[in-house]
Amino acid sequence: MKLSTKTKVIEQGEMTLAERMYLPAIVGGMATTLKHFFSKPVTIRYPEQTRYLGPIYRGQHILKRDEQGAERCTACGLCAVACPAEAISMVAEERKKGEENLYREEKYAKVYEVNMLRCIFCGLCEEACPKEAIFLRHDTMVPVFNSRDEVIYGKDKLVEKMDQRYLRDGWK
Amino acid sequence: MELLNDVFTAKAIFVGIVFAITLGIAAYSTYFERKIAAFMQDRIGPDRAGPFGILQPLADAVKMFMKEDFIPANSNKWLFIAGPCLSMLTALMTSAVVPFGDTVTVAGVTFDLQGIDVNIGILWVFGIVSLGVYGILIGGWASNNKYSLLGAIRAASQNISYELAMGMSIIAILMLTGSLSTKTIVETQQAGHWNILQQPLGFLIFLICSFAECNRTPFDLPECETELIGGYHTEYSSMKLGFYLFAEYINMFISGAVMATLFFGGYDYPGYAFVAGQFGTTVAAFVGMGALIGKALLFVFVFMWVRWTLPRFRYDQLMGLGWTGLIPLAMFNVVVTGFGILIGQPILAGIAGVVILIAGLFLNDAIFRKKKLA
Repeated sequence: MKLSTKTKVIEQGEMTLAERMYLPAIVGGMATTLKHFFSKPVTIRYPEQTRYLGPIYRGQHILKRDEQGAERCTACGLCAVACPAEAISMVAEERKKGEENLYREEKYAKVYEVNMLRCIFCGLCEEACPKEAIFLRHDTMVPVFNSRDEVIYGKDKLVEKMDQRYLRDGWK
Repeated sequence: MELLNDVFTAKAIFVGIVFAITLGIAAYSTYFERKIAAFMQDRIGPDRAGPFGILQPLADAVKMFMKEDFIPANSNKWLFIAGPCLSMLTALMTSAVVPFGDTVTVAGVTFDLQGIDVNIGILWVFGIVSLGVYGILIGGWASNNKYSLLGAIRAASQNISYELAMGMSIIAILMLTGSLSTKTIVETQQAGHWNILQQPLGFLIFLICSFAECNRTPFDLPECETELIGGYHTEYSSMKLGFYLFAEYINMFISGAVMATLFFGGYDYPGYAFVAGQFGTTVAAFVGMGALIGKALLFVFVFMWVRWTLPRFRYDQLMGLGWTGLIPLAMFNVVVTGFGILIGQPILAGIAGVVILIAGLFLNDAIFRKKKLA
């Protein structure tokens, strides 16, 4: 039975003298390694140098603000429902009068926490969000934890800073 | 000051310097081994310890010293300790007869840049290199571990097999030089009359044999991880293991120096006479020492280059190559050299020997090999 159309039967004859001496093959191999010796390394000195990982890399979460600087999240909980790792939890709160410039909708998330040890960075929260509030940013990774206290990221770490607006490539 | 005006003191200082250079180069060979491996695999290699990772050997040494120095309960304790010591000792002793440079005059003392000029110089190298296998053998046996023992046995039989071909490739050199003294061998090669021109085949044999003698890839069967866990040093840890590995790198450097001495004119370099005329013979001799070390380092690079190119031999292939390949080839080389001396054209004979060999092999192949039916 033929399992594939891509198979190719190779007729391996007896080796010629040059092949049996191995020396030409050795010289060829040495030339290959010498070529690589002078070629540019494909690896980088990682923590010091980083590579651009593309516009849709799923790094650290960010809770976006709108153009006026009001938080977009309305604490609907769809992200938490969508989350397969159950990493997201939130507490909703009603917007008071005079807070219109802080929160876009009448309801907002008083507490919004992502457990970074649970998160698998699948991006389903991003997809579930009807308000375009949560995103996984392409330019920042979640740093290494040194203690368990650092694992849960609250709003202080997640909400977008006004002085460093996050703009994904191709959004403009 | 009476003591300083002594050739003995000058020699002692020189030996100390050679010792330091050898150890330093061996230490940095470990770093360059890793760097060269990395470059050949398109990586960057160790770069964390200091700029470009140049403190890596220090870090490795600290690591080696900090590790637990374990001696297996059923091992022969004294031999277990003696093994790495012997390896290190023999590795360092070989450099005694390598002529690092010509005669120099420093502070009124005239002496040779050579540990000791004995008239059996090259035999000394052979004797010590042969002793080197005892370090491995004792270590492997004393470990009381079957894998270590297998590694040691492999090392012993490999070294003995390849020493024959190596010795015979040197006989050709001795025929040309007429002396066993390494100093004389180098002196006959001065001003560009390097032995490699007369002995291309002999050099190839010597090079292959020194790979085997140093237990380097593709002849590193004694420390074949896939078959022997670690080889003769399976049970070793801490600085005892470090000594074994270190001895390997020293051996590499020394065999590079010996190859340069025997085939590449030793401390000779283009423009030796010019430097000697311009700055004096002492300066020329010291530059020559640099040239010899440079040549040796080049060979160390070749050792590493080969290591990261070729896979290991199978053990029967290794023995087959040694006994049925290299020894007849070395004999052929001796005959050709003798013929060259007879007709007074050693360079012509050397080149003709290679041509005749290749032509003969192809002819033999064409006549006697059964053609595979198409």
